[in-house]
Amino acid sequence: MAETHGHEAHGHDAHGHHEEGWFVKYFWSTDHKMIAKQYLLTGMLLGAVGAYFAYVFRMQLAFPNKPVPGYGLVTGADYNALVTNHGAIMIFWVAMPVLIAAFGNFLIPLMVGCDDMVFPRLNRLSYQIFLVSALVLAASFFVQGGAFGGAWTSYPPLSAKAEYSLTDLGPTLWLAAVALEFVAFLLGGINFVTTAMNSRAPGMKAFDIPMAVWMIVIASILFMCSVGPLVAGAVMLMFDQQVGTGFFDPDRGGDPVLWQHLFWFFGHPEVYVVLLPALGFVAEIITTFSRKRLFAYRTVLYTTIGTGVLSFFVWAHHQFIAGIDPRMANVFSVTTVLISIPIAEMTFVYIATLFGGSISFRVPMLWALAFIAEFLMGGVTGIFLGASGADIYFHDTYFVVAHFHYTFFPIAIIGTFAGLTYWFPKMFGRHMNETVNKVHFWITITCFNGIFLPLFVLGAAGDHRRIFDYGNFPELSQPWMQDLRVFATVSLLIMLAVQPLFLANFFYSMFKGRKAEANPWKANTLEWQCPSPPPHGNFSPLPEVYRGPYEYSAEGRADDFWPQNSPT
Amino acid sequence: MLEHYMQQGSSFASQIDGLVWMIFLMTTFWFLLVEGILFWLLWRFRARPGHKAVYLDDHAEHAFEVKWIEIPHRVILLCDVAVIIGAITVWSEVKLSAPAPDEVVRVVAQQWAWTFTHAGRDGKLDTADDIVTIDELHVQVGKTYSYELGAKDVLHSFSIPVFRLKQDAIPGRVITGWFKPTIVGEFDVQCAEICGIGHGIMPARLYVETPEAHAAWIANPTHYLAYKF
Amino acid sequence: MVRPIATTRSASGVPTGRLAVWWVLASEIVIFGGLLGSYLLHRLGHPEWATYASHTNTWAGAFNTFVLLTSSLSAVLAHQAAEQGNGKKAANLLLATCGGALIFLIVKSFEWTAEIQHGYTITANGFWSFYYIAAGLHGLHVIAGAIIMLIVAADARKGKDLQRVELIGIYWHFVDLVWIFLFPLLYIAK
Repeated sequence: MAETHGHEAHGHDAHGHHEEGWFVKYFWSTDHKMIAKQYLLTGMLLGAVGAYFAYVFRMQLAFPNKPVPGYGLVTGADYNALVTNHGAIMIFWVAMPVLIAAFGNFLIPLMVGCDDMVFPRLNRLSYQIFLVSALVLAASFFVQGGAFGGAWTSYPPLSAKAEYSLTDLGPTLWLAAVALEFVAFLLGGINFVTTAMNSRAPGMKAFDIPMAVWMIVIASILFMCSVGPLVAGAVMLMFDQQVGTGFFDPDRGGDPVLWQHLFWFFGHPEVYVVLLPALGFVAEIITTFSRKRLFAYRTVLYTTIGTGVLSFFVWAHHQFIAGIDPRMANVFSVTTVLISIPIAEMTFVYIATLFGGSISFRVPMLWALAFIAEFLMGGVTGIFLGASGADIYFHDTYFVVAHFHYTFFPIAIIGTFAGLTYWFPKMFGRHMNETVNKVHFWITITCFNGIFLPLFVLGAAGDHRRIFDYGNFPELSQPWMQDLRVFATVSLLIMLAVQPLFLANFFYSMFKGRKAEANPWKANTLEWQCPSPPPHGNFSPLPEVYRGPYEYSAEGRADDFWPQNSPT
Repeated sequence: MLEHYMQQGSSFASQIDGLVWMIFLMTTFWFLLVEGILFWLLWRFRARPGHKAVYLDDHAEHAFEVKWIEIPHRVILLCDVAVIIGAITVWSEVKLSAPAPDEVVRVVAQQWAWTFTHAGRDGKLDTADDIVTIDELHVQVGKTYSYELGAKDVLHSFSIPVFRLKQDAIPGRVITGWFKPTIVGEFDVQCAEICGIGHGIMPARLYVETPEAHAAWIANPTHYLAYKF
Repeated sequence: MVRPIATTRSASGVPTGRLAVWWVLASEIVIFGGLLGSYLLHRLGHPEWATYASHTNTWAGAFNTFVLLTSSLSAVLAHQAAEQGNGKKAANLLLATCGGALIFLIVKSFEWTAEIQHGYTITANGFWSFYYIAAGLHGLHVIAGAIIMLIVAADARKGKDLQRVELIGIYWHFVDLVWIFLFPLLYIAK
């Protein structure tokens, strides 16, 4: 410990509480909580855009070539642009900013017990670059030829040449937006990792760090270590698009498959980059609402690190049939199937945590449990795709689509709702209406299964992805298949219809909700030991830590919780 | 299970379906077991007045870890090994083995059509009697075919669901593979890799014919789109 | 802006600034790693690239290697001076490092001009595409490093934030190291 505590106690005043103009307060703030809210609202806005795209192309699939209300007729080019950007937005501009950036920014300083990120201005810059990336992406919809439609994986040569994609600037703007987003998250990641490593409250040892912080930090490290090759690849692809180099052009000595390696070397760890924060939230929530210590804290940590390391060696399972050496598929099949072990262990640990607990089904808990229950489906269906022999049939069918939505929907949507409903009182100092949220929960979860369960069946029947009209394929346009598509679309419509319920509750409660006390859930972690919402500087004085984050129901205490900073 | 939705039309289709069936049984078992335990725990340990959660210290936890983590860990590893062996066996049969073909067919994908070059009467490619068709592939049931797959512009994927056959086509490369049709009929050939705005309008038809019908087609292919290059 | 208390803490024992620079370098290493890995894969698949590589100016590359190594030395000396609290000397040595960066860039621009005049442009073939992209990306790092160094030197002269002299030094060694990889891969291997 370099500093003295006396120094810290005074340091707090140095922040000052001078009046700031609204621009400085809302747009130029370096306060981690404000930056978190900026990320959150931007992510929610873009989430609405991604959901709108899903609505349009699901309508086209259910009712082919009929004008979609609120959009119009969907052409092949429109369809490709919609699915491409739906995927890209949901992963890069919703899951990452909300799960990692918004919650990371909000939670890390509060959970490790300090007043801000270590580099507040870098943090602000990171959000601004992210905002620019979103604007560049938005711009790509309004250029000549329309938005990029080469799938979120952006495989060349289709993405490299305008004569193939029939869009000139769209692919370049899309790529530039993605690259900018990476830069934003590299800056953010450095901040998260450094803050968690260096700015912990006195007394907080490695195993006293709440799982949510660990998970966001490990996710940031995974991101930093995996994104580099894709950044290099993006530069190369951009030169192919606009300067005329031939990195990925087979006619000129280039190799299109190289891009796939660069992309998936990042793309697979990226799944864990967004998965881990959600797993972290679930750990916080299930311990709080079952009043139990997190079972096997160290096992969770080690399996997380194990999964992270293993995730660098599985990328080619996306390319089994892509023309790589078929012998390589055997190696990647082994590594891929083995990743089931750490993930399964993590699931078991979470479920074992519930054993002997006292479980109350508050809204955040419902979401957290739904995460476990639904993510399990995503996990087991992954085995079909990791097994090379079975993947020959399932590759690029709706089975894949259903599989990764059973992972990404729990991560990005269920995980976000879990986190939002859990930390809402801390973020805004008020409670949301729980009844409304319960109605919203049950309808959303039911409809989610209604959308994606039929897609497993469609995939098993050979339904290929990214085809805008099945009328051209007799085997895929059988009436029972069309019925399933309609069923999925109707489920989506109902799900979308109930989201305004949550949004209304969210924004109403933000200003008019019941006032929240500092620790409404009686939780242990440090963020609950400061006022709701936390003032500038968070703690006064800054806390010291005496124990781990999950000491619930310890024997011999009147309370069933034991805050980390409570000396006795 | 898959055969319920899609006929098995090639020699290796049943192997792929068998692997899928095995994985389905295993994953279903685990899925139901874990979900069952999860919901049982939720019911059993729901909050009730007068009940307090138990506290496990590190020592007590360790005993539980054997039950909750280590034993399942080993069983999963066992399942994984079974899946891996199955996957590699099937994969080796479909993608690594290369049985001597009775005939070679050339497949070239482009935006947005398939060109098939059939060997014709002499059974050899690159001779005068080759039959070139667009979006129509004619094969004879029971014959072993090898395909030479290429692409002219962007990535495509040569997918025949009824054969359980799928292989990406890459411009600048010729990728080979094989299949042996086992049932007669008319089936879909699809492009399974996004290839631009016409990806959804790139179907072709596969005609698996009896030896007599196939011979008749070779003798008189004129009413199909036939080109000489 | 008043720095938050978070910035002053050091729970890991490593100063926050140095920790952050190491993480920056970690993410940079994979960027260059991806690029050079791609280059090597192509190079192994294309023996004819050796002929293209023979048109690079090895002497200019060697001279630039020498310049960068020397500039790294002055960065080390600047760090020493900063440790001793001699901000002025540290600033001067950083300026010398910047001078090295400038010479490096001037040599590079002459080199590129000559090559482009000979028709070896970025679109000439795969080798030259990699050559310009890899050296260009490295060049951008040289420029960025020099600009940051000027800012750090200006502060150091006033005795402010002397710890930053070390940080920019670490970064500069990295830029140097990347060149140590690029030089043999692009110039010498023939």
